[in-house]
Amino acid sequence: MSAQANDAGLVDWIVVGRTDEVPSRGARVVRAPSGDIAIFRTTEGAIFALRDRCPHKGGPLSQGIVHGEAVTCPLHNWVICLKTGEALGADKGCTPKIPVRIEDGKVLLPAAVLAAAAA
Amino acid sequence: MAKQSLVVVGNGMAPGRALEKLFEAAPDAYKVTVFNAEPRVNYDRIMLSPVLAGEKSYEDIVIHGDGWYIKHGVTLYKGHKIVAIDRDAKTVTSEHGETVAYDKLIVATGSSPIIIPVAGHDLPGVLTYRDLDDVHAMMVAAKPGARAVVIGGGLLGLEAAAGLQMQGMDVTVLHLMPTLMERQLDGAAGYLLQRSLESRGIRVHCKANTQEIVGEKRVTGVRLDDGTLYPADIVVMAVGIRPSAGLAKDAGLAVSRGIVVAPDMRTSDPDIFALGECAEASGQVFGLVAPLYEMAGVLAQNLLGGTAEFHPSATATKLKVTGIDLYSAGDFTEAKDREEIVLRDPTRGVYKRLVLKGNRILGAVLYGDVADGAWFFDMIKREVDVSEMRETLIYGQGYQGGSALDPLAAVAALPDEAEICGCNGVCKGKITGTINELGLKSLDEVRAHTKASASCGSCTGLVEQVIKLTIGDAYNPAAVQPMCGCTELGHDDVRRLIKAKALKSIPAVMQELGWKSSCGCAKCRPALNYYLVCDWPGEYEDDSQSRYINERVHANIQKNGTYSVVPRMFGGLTSAKELRAIADVVDRFAIPTVKVTGGQRIDLLGIRKEDLPAVWADLNAAGMISGAAYAKGLRTVKTCVGSEWCRFGTQDSTGLGVKIEKFMWGSWTPAKLKMAVSGCPRNCAEATCKDIGVICVDSGYEIHFAGAAGLDIKGTEVLGHAATEEETIEIVAALTQLYREQGRYLERVYKWAKRVGIDSVKAAIMDDTERRRALFERFVASQSYVQTDPWAERVAGKDAHEFAPISAFGAAQFAERRPS
Ligand code: SRM
Ligand SMILES: Cc1cc2nc3c(=O)[nH]c(=O)nc-3n(C[C@H](O)[C@H](O)[C@H](O)COP(=O)(O)OP(=O)(O)OC[C@H]3O[C@@H](n4cnc5c(N)ncnc54)[C@H](O)[C@@H]3O)c2cc1C
Ligand code: SF4
Ligand code: FES
Repeated sequence: MSAQANDAGLVDWIVVGRTDEVPSRGARVVRAPSGDIAIFRTTEGAIFALRDRCPHKGGPLSQGIVHGEAVTCPLHNWVICLKTGEALGADKGCTPKIPVRIEDGKVLLPAAVLAAAAA
Repeated sequence: MAKQSLVVVGNGMAPGRALEKLFEAAPDAYKVTVFNAEPRVNYDRIMLSPVLAGEKSYEDIVIHGDGWYIKHGVTLYKGHKIVAIDRDAKTVTSEHGETVAYDKLIVATGSSPIIIPVAGHDLPGVLTYRDLDDVHAMMVAAKPGARAVVIGGGLLGLEAAAGLQMQGMDVTVLHLMPTLMERQLDGAAGYLLQRSLESRGIRVHCKANTQEIVGEKRVTGVRLDDGTLYPADIVVMAVGIRPSAGLAKDAGLAVSRGIVVAPDMRTSDPDIFALGECAEASGQVFGLVAPLYEMAGVLAQNLLGGTAEFHPSATATKLKVTGIDLYSAGDFTEAKDREEIVLRDPTRGVYKRLVLKGNRILGAVLYGDVADGAWFFDMIKREVDVSEMRETLIYGQGYQGGSALDPLAAVAALPDEAEICGCNGVCKGKITGTINELGLKSLDEVRAHTKASASCGSCTGLVEQVIKLTIGDAYNPAAVQPMCGCTELGHDDVRRLIKAKALKSIPAVMQELGWKSSCGCAKCRPALNYYLVCDWPGEYEDDSQSRYINERVHANIQKNGTYSVVPRMFGGLTSAKELRAIADVVDRFAIPTVKVTGGQRIDLLGIRKEDLPAVWADLNAAGMISGAAYAKGLRTVKTCVGSEWCRFGTQDSTGLGVKIEKFMWGSWTPAKLKMAVSGCPRNCAEATCKDIGVICVDSGYEIHFAGAAGLDIKGTEVLGHAATEEETIEIVAALTQLYREQGRYLERVYKWAKRVGIDSVKAAIMDDTERRRALFERFVASQSYVQTDPWAERVAGKDAHEFAPISAFGAAQFAERRPS
């Protein structure tokens, strides 16, 4: 049983994997009806989730190099902030950021985000 | 209210600057569409001469890359020439039939080179010098020893001549007047210039009246009216420019020499502006960027409802030929009411000339010693009364008012309004102000923030002096370019310290060398990973998270996120078995594209990441391994058929290529490494444009290196001769190892060789056999750790997480988690 209610009972959270399944300074992909989601893990062990689509030309951010709290897109080297989804530096654009929760070493995403297009 | 539409015809330096100013002031005021007859983005035309001379590449001179247009929402039509302006409908139409409506229109069509209409002027091989295509055409023609004739001994012609000569051509300059650059120089200075060009091997023929360009299918020579014939493989006409005003004229706008504009840059139609070399303001047309940039600023303000005006002022220019110092500023034509002061120092090859009217300097020409250029130019622009220092004026600023001869003191004495960078109109005060405000420390930073010395670069020395004056010893001009923003250290220092301090992991490097970021960035991490792989073979554990995706998953990412797979075909040889296995894999995985690459092998494109291990398993089963088409490492060894089959082959080039590739596959190098072996000097494997090439000859093997045929085109250098296949392989491997140890990450062989010197490489490999042997042995040692097929490892389960999603949810059962 993996669907769980959150504290306020408003959002269904779904376990998508364990944090240690995501390589440090790396990423994994969650395949969902709403489209791919990239789960990132930084050196410090923080976990972030973004739509796996670069704001530039849709490059798969999960395939980029993760450094600090940012990822460099593999297609044309835009640098995307993992916290906000915003492009850093001179480039402008934003990738939808996905709320993520960690419980007992498990990574959880909101069910609604997996089912439908991101808000 | 809907945005107004601004259409720009021409994408040269002037409109580029106008749009920058516009977006700075009001990013959202206009929806901008730009049409450019040239099929490219905006680049620094001034810098074509360094590109021609091989000192810079096209990438170095791009002003606005594609990203800039995307960022500002500009629609750029590359390669679209506008053929009509319909002022009633307010539209423009391109030759490809594209029609766009404008509210405001900028005509910035620049100038066209003048072609003297002598017989033969339209033969292939007769070129002008205006844009990148002209430079490319010249570079293609510039085979060492080929002959070029340049018609025109002015600034452009001489820059072209020097560039072509740097490309190894035999160059003759034909000039109609008795001395070179007669508009700027008097006879004596023209002579000095001619002598210095001749001493570099450029032939100069003055009073040369071209009668005819000779040739049947293409140009073969130039005949003068006195009968002299100069043989030529190319002819460059650089006799002047003419404003391109035809389009405006056809649209019924007022045109005299150029498109006539009022001081607010409007043409006779208030909704149409003209800008740049095509525009005529106050009865003048312009051929230098400084006034065009001023026009651009005025125009940008007026697009936003301003009332700015453009009034031409004096301009200055430099001859951009490395090793020749020539500066001219203001107006130096002779006239009745003008006086001259001239200083000559024949032993030092110095010539200075000032043109005065009353007590003001109108113009200055400096040859050989140009240090006082900015000082004179400043006085010209500010119309300084020079009666007090008239006697010593020509000796320069050092002699005035007792100030020292120190060049720094001269710069210190310049007022804040003194212009330092003519191209970009940056004055001294702006540079010092920006340095203080932002705490800038390097030339690059000053360039980025002020644009000073960012165009033609001839003021670089002055800008450096201003930086030095402003921040004193904190400025270290010899400072090396840091690897990236995470460190102050350059690549060479990092490599040295990795060895010296025996640093064997990325965290160790970052800790010991004081990295400023927590875990590096996408620039330094792959570089460090390579340096460690190279320096500690067998000891260092590769950090896959510091590798670019292609090297991490051993396939090439494509634009849609799928991958391509290129199996090795050693020396370009394949077999029925391999081809059958490829065909089967294509069928089994419905691979959409199968293509023969430029590297003599087959590319399977459009494979889903999840399918990669299964595809590799099938290829492995038929004996094929990764072709490393993604690696900063050994790529291909192309071969020709050689003595096995070819009637001209001198040695078994195919066999040797296969041996080299079998010996060297798997090696990691600073950048990709491509080789070829040709069976005879006909060179069907194109070995003379590779990183390393071998040409078989009767007596053995000629070994070449440092060629390029990608972003740059360059023939190889000859490294030396080997008598046997074994010796060839030893030389090639030792050369590769030297490159592995000295190359900076992403630096191709030809760039590395240029940096360390061709001779130093020859000395290490060909003259010092002991050193060669040691390099060879280090290469062999390192190979013992890398020749495991990365595909087979992944088929066996390595890095499985790379090839499967962490979880996958179907539409119906997305609440169900699939264990991974
Ligand atoms: C597949 C191929 C084109 C083809 O269909 O023929 C190809 C495809 C790519 N080339 Fe190439 N190059 C291919 C032969 C060449 C050649 C010709 C040759 O190898 O003889 C050159 C000129 C020689 C040279 O290497 O300079 C060439 C010069 C480049 C360059 C310019 C390199 C330079 O420093 O000048 C790049 C860009 C780069 O490396 O930064 C590049 C980059 C690329 C990339 C990796 C672009 C990218 O970053 O995605 C392409 C990826 C291919 C893929 O996904 O599979 N490719 N590329 C060729 C593969 C050869 C092979 O079998 O391995
Ligand atoms: C080799 C060389 C060296 C130079 N060195 C110096 C120097 O050291 N210092 C200096 O100050 N200046 C120098 N100049 C001059 C300087 O480059 C020019 O003054 C400046 O680039 C002109 O800018 P522009 O925008 O007016 O025109 P351009 O840069 O010529 O741009 C005009 C553009 O409009 C395009 N175009 C023309 N007609 C159409 C049409 N109908 N539709 C669409 N597009 C069209 C053309 O293809 C061209 O790309 C040099 C020029 C050259 C060629
Ligand atoms: S390079 Fe020489 S041996 Fe090779 S195919 Fe050409 S002619 Fe024949
Ligand atoms: S798609 Fe990400 S940088 Fe272009």
